[in-house]
Amino acid sequence: MSAIDFWLGRHRDTAAGLPGADLPWLVRLREDAIDRFADEGWPTTRRENWRHTSLAFMAQQALAVREAVAPETVVAALRARYQAARGAAQDAAQQGAKSAPQSAPGSAPELAPELAHNDGHWVVFVDGHFAPALSAIGGLPGGVRIGSLADALAQTPEKVEAAFGQAGDGEAPAALNAALAADGAWIRLARGSMVEAPIHLVFIAATAADQHLRNLVVADAGAQATIVEHYPAGAAGSTLTTAVTRVLAAQDSHVTHLKLQQEAPEAIHLATIEAEQARGAVFTSHSLSFGARLARNDIRTRLAGEGAEALLNGLYHADGRRHVDHHTRIDHARPQGTSREFYRGLLDGSARGVFTGRILVAQDAQRTDAMQRCDNLLLSRLAEADARPELEIYADDVKCAHGATVGQLDEDALFYLRSRGVDAVHARQLLTYAFAAEVLERIAHAPLRALGRAALLERLPEGARLEELL
Amino acid sequence: MLKINNLHAAIDGKDILKGLDLEVADGEVHAIMGPNGSGKSTLAQVLAGRETFTVTDGSVDWDGADLLALPAEERARAGLFLAFQYPVEIPGVSNAYFLKAAVNAVRRHRGLPEYDAMDFLSRVKAEMKAVGMKEEFLYRSVNEGFSGGEKKRNEVLQMALLEPRLAVLDETDSGLDIDALKIVAEGVNRLRSPERSMIVITHYQRLLDYIVPDKVHVLSQGRIVRSGGRELALELEEHGYGWIDAAQGGKAGGASVGARP
Repeated sequence: MSAIDFWLGRHRDTAAGLPGADLPWLVRLREDAIDRFADEGWPTTRRENWRHTSLAFMAQQALAVREAVAPETVVAALRARYQAARGAAQDAAQQGAKSAPQSAPGSAPELAPELAHNDGHWVVFVDGHFAPALSAIGGLPGGVRIGSLADALAQTPEKVEAAFGQAGDGEAPAALNAALAADGAWIRLARGSMVEAPIHLVFIAATAADQHLRNLVVADAGAQATIVEHYPAGAAGSTLTTAVTRVLAAQDSHVTHLKLQQEAPEAIHLATIEAEQARGAVFTSHSLSFGARLARNDIRTRLAGEGAEALLNGLYHADGRRHVDHHTRIDHARPQGTSREFYRGLLDGSARGVFTGRILVAQDAQRTDAMQRCDNLLLSRLAEADARPELEIYADDVKCAHGATVGQLDEDALFYLRSRGVDAVHARQLLTYAFAAEVLERIAHAPLRALGRAALLERLPEGARLEELL
Repeated sequence: MLKINNLHAAIDGKDILKGLDLEVADGEVHAIMGPNGSGKSTLAQVLAGRETFTVTDGSVDWDGADLLALPAEERARAGLFLAFQYPVEIPGVSNAYFLKAAVNAVRRHRGLPEYDAMDFLSRVKAEMKAVGMKEEFLYRSVNEGFSGGEKKRNEVLQMALLEPRLAVLDETDSGLDIDALKIVAEGVNRLRSPERSMIVITHYQRLLDYIVPDKVHVLSQGRIVRSGGRELALELEEHGYGWIDAAQGGKAGGASVGARP
């Protein structure tokens, strides 16, 4: 059972053995967090931020693995998919270079640096713990540290403390995470450092029914990196993942975060991504949510310094009776910040998609430029979408635009395709793919964009047929 | 051979086609002219298989087959092509993908091998050159941000690639300047052949300066009210459509020469 008492018991039984159990600040934080969770319980629709998503069922939900997976197989498959995506991106770049009118005849096509580079730094976690044998972190530029939170707590606890967050942060599941998380990724990017290839964090539920991960990213001034969180399908059964990722982006740093959630069909996935941006920092979040029975992502960023830029980009797909919820919040705290937010949803069967886009513009945040869109495509009559913008603006010199749509495939476009001999099923797929692909186009890193595309095609019926033509 | 017999079609309960008869023999080019609202575009859409129109009576026989019994995609594969008056923009689908999907769907149906990427590209590039389209249009989304002329060229390009037996061109001349009109007309003329019939729908005579029809029909209030040779188009150019409407006010379908102003 996943009732509150179960988790109180878990904390009581495991707290002394968690990494950092010798650190008074962390012991207290974990206690405060579990107290808060006991207090609030699983959120229900009576809570403002959970109006369309209730976790009340969790109190009766038994968590159990029905069929375990071998993590090494999952990692190998994921890395193979990424290799294939890199290959596809490379081919596309070469073809593009060949067909580009400006390229001189006979000149060798130039590849973007991200294509010429290796396939990245792989940090693998199994059942909530760092798995060094499955990881391949590889060489790193000076001043960059990529490792496990457990190790960092042993080695540089004071640095972790500054980034860890508080027991009161986020929603109730984030508090549960703070109390129970034993590990996660620890990424420190020294001033001006640049990690060219993506840092891949892979989280596999292999045999455990629940896993709790806390990832901390500290980017010093001017640092640049792309961090990918992979949640591939793991063990079959009712499993729970809680994850909290915190990004501290110092002045003029560029942090791109991509999350690819493809958990098994019965999994419960509750995640928080929180960023804090200093002056001129650029934070990009791509959230691709394709798996799990219920997935909730709380994504927040605070533009705490002048001239910071944020892009929150997201794509979700749900079918059957699955439920996906993105609850986003952008805090414009200082002047001249720019935020762009684009979400798209594909909802089939009797699935439900929820999007909330909260934008706060503080009185001090003059000349803020914020834009938000959420568009949903309903692929069946029983599917449902809720898109809710929430704008709170206290400054008077701001540009703020928002829009939301819920619709079906365009009948004119469907007929146009059919009138060219494309059958109705294929025409629907193609238009569905095209609707979703617009989100993927915003992923600047070509191999990651190709990986996202492959993951999307996996979700679409007969996606393989589309793939051969694209 | 296309035989349209007593065709009636309605949309939202409103009758648009009211007993249309038309025969187009193989290799012939027929022009259908008529004022706005006469049912020209409805005819094109009904032939192509648009379900928003309901056929309430009549038949369309195409080489012995019941055209109206086929869904739109099967008509296309069997060799019917509609050049749209307003080609649809499809954001996110590249023109190259769209063209390849269309061409291969049709080729599969005809028992021809599907093109691979290289063969397809060389074929499509040659056809693009012929209609004066730059290669960059291959990599842009279907019709998105295309000018009116570019959209119409893209229609002619599709027609060339799909090699239809029957092509219906719905006001392909609308919104084109004279240079674009010539290029489009040349594209159409190149495709004229003894096996290929065409129905060219137009409001204006000027297209017929470049695509010379075998027969001209005047459509009014959902019926063909007059048929003739090319000179009929010139007559319409001179006198406008007013006399047809006047004649229709009297005895439907009996547009006599004497009724002209």
